[in-house]
Amino acid sequence: MLKLVWLVPILPLAGVVINGIFGRWVRERAHLLAVGTTGLSFLIALGIFLQVLTGRTLNWDVYSWIPVGDFHATVGFQADPLSAVMMLVVTFVGFLIHVYSVGYMHGDPGYARFFTYMNLFMSSMLILVLANNYLFMFLGWEGVGLCSYLLIGFWYQKQSASDAGKKAFVVNRIGDAGFLLGLFLIWRTFGSLHYAEIFPQVAELHEILAQPSIFGLSLVTWMTLLLFTGAVGKSAQLPLYVWLPDAMEGPTPVSALIHAATMVTAGVYMVARSSALFDAAPVSMTVVATVGALTAVFAATIALVQNDIKRVVAYSTISQLGYMFLGAGVGAYASAIFHLATHAFFKALLFLGSGSVIHGLGGEQDIRRMGGLRKHMPITAWTFLIAALANAGIFPLAGFWSKDQILHAAIASGHVWLWALGAAGAFGTAFYMLRLYFVTFEGESRVDPHVAHHVHESPRVMAVPLIILAVFAFGAGLFGTSPEHSPYYTFVNPVFRAAGEGAAHAGGEGAGHQGPSEFTMALVSVAIAAAGIALAYQMYLRRRELADRMAERFRGAYTLLLNKYWVDEIYNAVFVDFGKWLCHRLWFVDAKGVDGAVNGTSWLTVFASHLSARFDFRGVDGLVNAIADVIQGGSQAFKRLQTGVIQNYLLAMAMGIFVIVSLYFFF
Amino acid sequence: MIPLSHYLILGGIIFSLGVFGALTRRNAIAILMSIELMLNAVNLNFIAFARYLPQTMLQGQVFAIFVIAVAAAEAAVGLAIVLGLYRNFKTVNVDEINLMKW
Amino acid sequence: MTLKLGIFYFLAAFTLWAAAVVVLGKNIVRSAVALIFGFCGMAALYVLLDAEFLAAVQVLIYVGGITILLLFAIMLTSRIGVTTARVVNDQVILSAIAAIGLLVGLIYASTSGIPAMSGPPRLPETAPFLGRALLTTYALPFEAVSVLLLAAMVGAIVLARKE
Repeated sequence: MLKLVWLVPILPLAGVVINGIFGRWVRERAHLLAVGTTGLSFLIALGIFLQVLTGRTLNWDVYSWIPVGDFHATVGFQADPLSAVMMLVVTFVGFLIHVYSVGYMHGDPGYARFFTYMNLFMSSMLILVLANNYLFMFLGWEGVGLCSYLLIGFWYQKQSASDAGKKAFVVNRIGDAGFLLGLFLIWRTFGSLHYAEIFPQVAELHEILAQPSIFGLSLVTWMTLLLFTGAVGKSAQLPLYVWLPDAMEGPTPVSALIHAATMVTAGVYMVARSSALFDAAPVSMTVVATVGALTAVFAATIALVQNDIKRVVAYSTISQLGYMFLGAGVGAYASAIFHLATHAFFKALLFLGSGSVIHGLGGEQDIRRMGGLRKHMPITAWTFLIAALANAGIFPLAGFWSKDQILHAAIASGHVWLWALGAAGAFGTAFYMLRLYFVTFEGESRVDPHVAHHVHESPRVMAVPLIILAVFAFGAGLFGTSPEHSPYYTFVNPVFRAAGEGAAHAGGEGAGHQGPSEFTMALVSVAIAAAGIALAYQMYLRRRELADRMAERFRGAYTLLLNKYWVDEIYNAVFVDFGKWLCHRLWFVDAKGVDGAVNGTSWLTVFASHLSARFDFRGVDGLVNAIADVIQGGSQAFKRLQTGVIQNYLLAMAMGIFVIVSLYFFF
Repeated sequence: MIPLSHYLILGGIIFSLGVFGALTRRNAIAILMSIELMLNAVNLNFIAFARYLPQTMLQGQVFAIFVIAVAAAEAAVGLAIVLGLYRNFKTVNVDEINLMKW
Repeated sequence: MTLKLGIFYFLAAFTLWAAAVVVLGKNIVRSAVALIFGFCGMAALYVLLDAEFLAAVQVLIYVGGITILLLFAIMLTSRIGVTTARVVNDQVILSAIAAIGLLVGLIYASTSGIPAMSGPPRLPETAPFLGRALLTTYALPFEAVSVLLLAAMVGAIVLARKE
């Protein structure tokens, strides 16, 4: 059964090929194959998950991909608890979103193309989580990046959409460069890119790994930092997060699948998978946690004032990803993955719900033109509320458990300020999430009159996935209520413990149980969340004027947040414009140089040929003339023999006779 | 007895004188005269050898007769040519006649 | 020194002096006359060599024919008495070298490698001997020479004819 794992990524790939080639003929029925393959993958994934539950794992090299000298890369799959969980999340959420898309993308001219790309994405993501070596994982990594580009710019005729796709790809690339460098370092040090060959070696090579390298950082610190840069790009952390808000140009199912549930979490998965390496590099772990925490707060502040429904959710995603990295950075890898899973459910739900709203309002996305939609779209409203509460971390919804465990791990690690940032972010999260809900679904309707006529609940094919996701957003947390005993943790922890054991004596941050107890922290978290919700309730439901007055009072801060700290503008000026200026300068030099060189060469050639011609003329002429002159001179000289006087000839004869006779005599 | 070599040396001297004259005299007739001298010297040689060498038929003298005959013929023709020269160039100084000069 | 040798020397000196005048004489007529003397001297030498017939032939033909011819030619082609013109041309020195060189060679040849011989005491009468030889063994050359003489005669007449 386990060996069927290769089917999981291949089935969607088959969908890609068929839909891609026969898209024109399949058209409106493309979803059948796409959804079908995804569903089938989910079933197989489920089967594999059950197998892994019983304790069986698989590390299987299927095909020798690149055997070159010392370098040996394979196509191989790994089925262990971590990849099983990821695989399950990806296929399940992916399947639901595919179903949703059937309704959402109905009537779009690129219907078949959409499903082709979605299936390609599924295939790449599954390769990413199922690979048993870094290179194959990187293949999936790049694949999801490609699909992100294709799907963000799906409506490519729109300038902003194609720009957003490009932006995503370019920013991702920056991270990927770091990732590759990390891979190179790993290969150089360990001689292999297979997880099973690297992680056990971490303990043995401790001395080498701990050797100070550039800037005094140890080798393993560099490795992990470089890997982390890849994660920063892919998972939209500071400072490479700028692509994710723009990625909202893509269709909402895309945002749900790729930019909430799966692709952006690839970075977290990668860090978790490399836990053995990170455990051996405490500096990197601190960096990871800090970046995560800062991102969490930073994104949350921006989300407070945004007015586009999808933008709010996007910044929320960035913020929650920050939490996941915070968890990984303090050693709570299992918690980070747990938050990844719960987040997949409620964030996908939030996006799909937003899509439902947008769909119902005929394309409206500004929340200032929404309101009171609960009456018209009850299913959407209730599921959205559940998701918002889960995101805010309200007991006993899913988000509470995972986020709280992360915060507890943060404070237990001794870095109180990390906890403080996380707590502040949690307050903000609760606030903006409920703000979003209240403004969109409650209160009096500010919907545009023309649109108000069409407001309707989404069709069943879109509503059912919402409901299913809401169930999981509600109850998934129950699998992991306690970091020691709950089913989820007992299932997943061995992966990190096994890796962690190897690096234990390398000084990994022990997640000891110092500090306040879990229960206390749980109470604090709930209190913070409740406070946030209460504030949102006051400002946006009870007394609307409060929001506007606050905006007036803190005009400067408000503008700063509304404009996302002008990060995009800064990046544009520093990197893009500078880059363009540099290119222009270089082009200028190049043109002049090249022109000059070409002209110079041609002039030189002409000149040389002139010289050569002249020399040739002189030479050839001279030679010929010289020969003629010699002959002429010779004849001028010799003609004097012809004196015409016979006696001269006689003399010559006499002399000749004399010579011959004397020769005859004396020799 | 007069040694043979005396005659030969005498012939040689006369021959050399004839050569010198043929090469240096400007007058064409003088050149012809020098040539006659040379022929005479040769005759002397022949006859001297005819006298001193055992011969059955006096070949030397026979040859000398032929030489004389040919010399006569040649002198006749040569002088006819000289006359022709004189008629054309008004001179018999051979170094003034150089039409064949380059 | 026998008489013969003395006569030889005298005749030799005579002939040589005549030859010198022929070659170096300024006056062309004087050269012609000296030539006559030279021929006569040669004839005497022939007699000394027991070749009487040839001596007679020499005098007859050379003196009586050729020198007359030469004198005729001289008369016809030059003004007698002009002695101011140069006798020899420019290549005197080289010619002298050539002639002397030739002479040296000839003397060397004459004196070396020829055994001293004396020959028969006296030759028989040469005239009948020569006659017989000319008409039997050397008949062909004899006839040829006749043709030659004929040709020479015709040629001379044609060349010297007045146009």
